[in-house]
Amino acid sequence: MAVTTLAAPRSAGRRIGRPVLVAAVLLAWVVLWIPVHGMHTLGLSPADLTPLHRWLNDVNDTVGANRDSSPVFLYFFNEIRAAIDALVTFLQDLIAQPSYGRPVPVLGWLGVVALVAYVSWVFGNWRVALLAAGGFVLLGLQGLWTESMDTLALTLAAVAISLLVGIPLGVWAGLSDRFHRLITPALDFMQTMPTFVYLAPLTLLFLIGPASATIATLIYAMPPAIRLTAHGIRSVHPSAVEATESLGATGRQKLFKVLLPLSKRTIVLGVNQTIMAALSMVTIAALIDAPGLGKSVVKALQTLDVGTAFNAGLAIVVLAIVLDRVTTAAGDRVRRTGPSSRLRRPLVALLGILAAACCYMSYTYVWAAEFPDTYRIGGAISRGADTVTVWAQDHLFAVTDAVKNLVTYALLNPLQALLTESPWWLVAAVAVLLAALIGGVRAAVVTAACLALLIGTGLWQDAMTTLAMTIVATLLVMLLGIVLGVWMGRNRHVDRIVRPVLDAGQTMPAFVYLVPFVALFAATRFTAIVAAVVFAAPVAIKIVADGVRGIPATTVEAATAAGSSTWQLITKVQLPMARRSLTLAANQGLIYVLSMVVVGGLVGAGALGYDVVAGFSQSQLYGKGLAAGAAIVLLGIMLDRIARASSPSNTRKGH
Amino acid sequence: MKSTRIAAAATITALALTACGGEKVGETTTPGSAAAAAPCGTFNLAVNPWVGYEATAAVIAYVAEKDLGCTVTKKDLKEEISWQGFATGEVDAIVENWGHDDLKKKYIDEQKVAVAAGSTGNKGIIGWYVPPWMAEKNPDILDHKNLNKYAAQFKTSESGDKGQLLDGDPSFVTNDEALVKNLKLDYKVVYAGSETALITAFRQAESKKTPLIGYFYEPQWFLAEVPLKKVSLPAYTAGCDADAAKVACDYPEYDLDKIVSKKFADANGPAYNLVKNFNWTNDDQNVVAKYIAQDKMSAADAAKKWVEANPDKVKAWLAG
Repeated sequence: MAVTTLAAPRSAGRRIGRPVLVAAVLLAWVVLWIPVHGMHTLGLSPADLTPLHRWLNDVNDTVGANRDSSPVFLYFFNEIRAAIDALVTFLQDLIAQPSYGRPVPVLGWLGVVALVAYVSWVFGNWRVALLAAGGFVLLGLQGLWTESMDTLALTLAAVAISLLVGIPLGVWAGLSDRFHRLITPALDFMQTMPTFVYLAPLTLLFLIGPASATIATLIYAMPPAIRLTAHGIRSVHPSAVEATESLGATGRQKLFKVLLPLSKRTIVLGVNQTIMAALSMVTIAALIDAPGLGKSVVKALQTLDVGTAFNAGLAIVVLAIVLDRVTTAAGDRVRRTGPSSRLRRPLVALLGILAAACCYMSYTYVWAAEFPDTYRIGGAISRGADTVTVWAQDHLFAVTDAVKNLVTYALLNPLQALLTESPWWLVAAVAVLLAALIGGVRAAVVTAACLALLIGTGLWQDAMTTLAMTIVATLLVMLLGIVLGVWMGRNRHVDRIVRPVLDAGQTMPAFVYLVPFVALFAATRFTAIVAAVVFAAPVAIKIVADGVRGIPATTVEAATAAGSSTWQLITKVQLPMARRSLTLAANQGLIYVLSMVVVGGLVGAGALGYDVVAGFSQSQLYGKGLAAGAAIVLLGIMLDRIARASSPSNTRKGH
Repeated sequence: MKSTRIAAAATITALALTACGGEKVGETTTPGSAAAAAPCGTFNLAVNPWVGYEATAAVIAYVAEKDLGCTVTKKDLKEEISWQGFATGEVDAIVENWGHDDLKKKYIDEQKVAVAAGSTGNKGIIGWYVPPWMAEKNPDILDHKNLNKYAAQFKTSESGDKGQLLDGDPSFVTNDEALVKNLKLDYKVVYAGSETALITAFRQAESKKTPLIGYFYEPQWFLAEVPLKKVSLPAYTAGCDADAAKVACDYPEYDLDKIVSKKFADANGPAYNLVKNFNWTNDDQNVVAKYIAQDKMSAADAAKKWVEANPDKVKAWLAG
């Protein structure tokens, strides 16, 4: 506390000068741009390669050629593959696929629904148990039971492995500063490196099949488990640790009796985030033959069948919402570990028997094994989605086209011209200066290093084009984040209605809405921006809403009593007090926008996104795609470090 | 007490449900065991992500299962990964290959894990297309020499002051940037990035009567919905595309062919013979693709319908 108060006047003094300096740097950039633009822009045409790209191609070929002879493959990768394949196949046999000589899986729909509801009740509460049962029945009604169970099996396998490996690593990172520093860049890399880049190499290492799909999923899904476990351990109050140490506890006792129990809630949040991340990989994993809902989405898009793709996408959203609410409820329960009611124990046993009976019936009887096809709403959902899409394409085109042109000509094109047509040294100088002004010396050093590596990838100009789109998308995300976030933060009813829509925006596979977006905005950079905003805005909105709600009620009451209008209350009290949330929202929004760069490449964004997609599709462009993936990671790390260094929460770091 | 009541209700429900029963699993005869006698075994068929390929694969899979008793495992994979599957033994056949000389060199000539298994009979055509309404209104647009006259109409927010040439699926090699430069066209290549985006753009251009010119190819199911018109480029002659930077001629006509793994070919089983003998026309494929894409039939149903209507062709594949 003392540190913060001491620092306050100094930083306030600095803050007066800083915006002026930033503006001055930007102005100087524009002025310099006029005489020097078009020089040293380091452009590279889509079909051209640099020596680095060729070298990466050769590495890839060498790995492929040696696959069958190298002992590393025979004894290491093949063993891992076999183990993971066995796990996934076991789960599929259990709930999804005909198995053990039977025409149906071991557990039919009734058993799965009963089990899910029972588990949700035991770890959560009645409300989520009902939601879970309802959600799973809906999957059956949509006509997607088998596909959903395939997806669930793969997701469960990926999540289980992620937790098995991630939680111990997270504990280690929580206890050791050195390991924490070591693993953070690795986690950044795992979360921002586009999946398309490593899909092909993965199938080379682990062959085509469930193992590769599971590993592709867990590379993306494991980081939250590690980060949040480490965060949980680190947030345990030092006094609690000191108390146990003074009592002479061993390291083992300290970990299992104090640190883990006290950080349980954060770890459950990590589990939740891991599940969400795993579900967001469903469609991409389908590109390497992962079974389940992703395949339905991808197949439907080959014929531009938006309705069918939407139905399957909706099933993914339903799975995500159910799993999210159940784990969140489980996390809340962990927090309130009061003495439970005396009735609970017999009830647990009895409902357990009931669930077991349902499982037995779904094993034995056909009606409980296969979801009855008398009630189906999947067709109606598809037709509804089709109707809405066609209507929107026919009637909204004039408006959407105008919006696209406005944003493109007024904002995107000038920004892109500034970034791509400036000589590289000018952009680099401006970026390092801005980083120094906003984030300090360390941010400037990181920025300089990232810029140097960006030039090394040979994709400087593409990186600048992507950066321009990223900046515009992040601005739009923040605009939405502030407007909707403040509204939701101030009004519980709005929150309750908007939140499920945000959940859908986050978990609905982007592939589903690409067709209508291309129809409305054509294959352009703006379409890519809109897709990124749909995915990234929900996070920003939720964080801002959370921040606004976190402001003490007394402060708001005091301001109201002093006669502030609503506008004054928002701009003078609520937004400034939620400043830390705004920074966090901008940071997360940015990372989410970057994770959509590749999807943008599929709808006309060109630049790095297209390079990655093309690298995945054409073997001679593989190396370039890999370099483009690295460039996206570098952009992410650079922007993240600048934002983090500037965020107020950082002033109270360090031990 | 509340708990006893709930418990009683639960037990009663459970008992009632177990008692009422119904048809038991396994009581009816299990399907698909009839053809188990044939010596075909498992046949791993790669399915690349476009409808034409799916049509071909569906017909081959249907015949292999029904007439040869094979267990067909279809694997949904991109081209590159399918080829990789030859090396790892996970893929037996690719049944519609578009050129891919680099992959042929790598897997057939160098690693020797794959062999060519002849043409599918389909001809692949790549080129620049415009929506039919444009060709009707301005017939001379179909000659590349007149393209500059129309460049202004094709301007978009992406192409600056030039006309936009929409390139598509990154899976195919494109010479378009070189073509634009060497034919001195006032156009800029914009990368749509996926077949989905390309088809959507053409569909929207035809229904809104907006100008669009872009990279497309046949056989393609979408041409049955909107018959795009091909713009003629300087004729292709052998070797005119040897130097990628100096290309100034049309794309070659691709003889779409089948590639199988060496192991699969050496085993010389019935499934291999079927793949080797398989041959049909673009029209045949378009029919099956239409069943899948427009009539929304499942791939298996579409294949069944076509096979039943064309017994002679199927018999010829099985004879050899």
